[in-house]
Amino acid sequence: MKNISAFGKYIIFITRVFSKPEKTKIYLQQTIREIESLGINSIGIVIIISIFIGAVITLQTRYNLESSWIPLYLIGLTARDTILLEFSSTMVGLILAGKVGSNIASEIGHMRITEQIDALEMMGINSASYLILPKILATMVFNPILTIISMVVGIFGGWMACIVTGALASSDYIYGIQYWFIPFYITYALVKTVVYAFIITSVTSFHGYYVQGGALEVGRCSTRGVVYSSILILLADVVLTQLMLA
Amino acid sequence: MIEVEHLYKSFAGVNVLEDISVTFERGKTNLIIGRSGSGKTVLMKCIVGLHEADRGAVIFDDRNFVEMSFTGRKELRKEMGMMFQGGALFDSLSVEENVIFPLNLFTKMPYDEKRERANICLKRVNLDNVNKLYPGELSGGMKKRVAIARAIVQNPKYLFCDEPNSGLDPKTALVIDDLISEITHDYSITTVVNTHDMNSVMEIGEKVVFIHQGFKCWEGTREEILDSDNEYLNDFVFASNFAKKIKSLTSKNS
Repeated sequence: MKNISAFGKYIIFITRVFSKPEKTKIYLQQTIREIESLGINSIGIVIIISIFIGAVITLQTRYNLESSWIPLYLIGLTARDTILLEFSSTMVGLILAGKVGSNIASEIGHMRITEQIDALEMMGINSASYLILPKILATMVFNPILTIISMVVGIFGGWMACIVTGALASSDYIYGIQYWFIPFYITYALVKTVVYAFIITSVTSFHGYYVQGGALEVGRCSTRGVVYSSILILLADVVLTQLMLA
Repeated sequence: MIEVEHLYKSFAGVNVLEDISVTFERGKTNLIIGRSGSGKTVLMKCIVGLHEADRGAVIFDDRNFVEMSFTGRKELRKEMGMMFQGGALFDSLSVEENVIFPLNLFTKMPYDEKRERANICLKRVNLDNVNKLYPGELSGGMKKRVAIARAIVQNPKYLFCDEPNSGLDPKTALVIDDLISEITHDYSITTVVNTHDMNSVMEIGEKVVFIHQGFKCWEGTREEILDSDNEYLNDFVFASNFAKKIKSLTSKNS
């Protein structure tokens, strides 16, 4: 019953977020600021994680496919498809749920407990729309770029691992990553990324927006927002995979 | 003028406000006083719509705020200014940007004109050379003054101040009180101030409403407070031994 009530509250909240902006120009400026704060500032962590995970995927695939009848270029193909299909969208989505999601929940929660949201309402501003719509738009626009960066860097990380460890010849890896390439996998990953961006931003904002109490509650709402958005990302992953790949 | 009629509010079955009816007059500093937890802030938040009243009406110059649509309320709120207890300044914006903020959203003024208007309001609250500072770099009194400047930047018809003196030393509190009173008279606005500071009451309270445990217990002028025989009001006003001694001395002399 409590969950149904929370879901209803979430729907009302989303309706308010997507209502007509007071001044479109201000919202666009805010969106650009959010792209910098939530998107560009996440490039570093995405690159670091992607390069290492790309390397690990390649090495693990290599050591698990220790067989003379399996062509070595399949290791490059496996690493590529793992990165394109799952890692760069879902794993990066989960990482961003932690980094960006906790940032959003604590920022909005802090604004709530210090009455800054009430101040916006008192000025006649739709606070939900003003604060959250630019964040949703920014992540939905920029997260696909992060996913593409992650794909490129992850595949590059796999190649680096081959060079550094000598586990696989560079030519085999490069042939493998070009072999039987299906462009739809990119579309599939980008669609997932856009859905995840919406989930991360709206769910964590919702938890921050309705927080009550003090600093302790802001911390709790931030954790709760990240946990719920991570679970919803995994659920969306199953649904979208069934819808798009089955 | 703001008329509150038979207002009720409860939280989780606990009655916080019961049958409050009061009129706040234009061009006067109207004070809501009472002990901590008496329902002052809830009353103010019900008046401005930050809390939904369970029953009753809040009428701003013949417009019933409680019955208004979301859009209607948004429009009416453009005529209100509010100073929150902690200032509620936007951390990410400088002092000047905080004051300009409502103008950015609701006017088509050129930037220079908006800056000029912000500077007028900052000067009005006796703040100079702080335009580029951020809220984190300001003292408590300065934050409250910036909050007042932001509240008056759109020339509101109604000004609400929630505990404007909390956390301030007596001298700074006096400056804030004088400022609120001057602004009320200069612009002829309806000002409602929430406080439990008796200095404020005696300095600027032209109309005083006393709330006790969610009920309106007394209303009158600051002069009438001292002669009131309301038991709860006397308990509140003469809470300290010092105040009790002064009262007994005054009554002996008279």
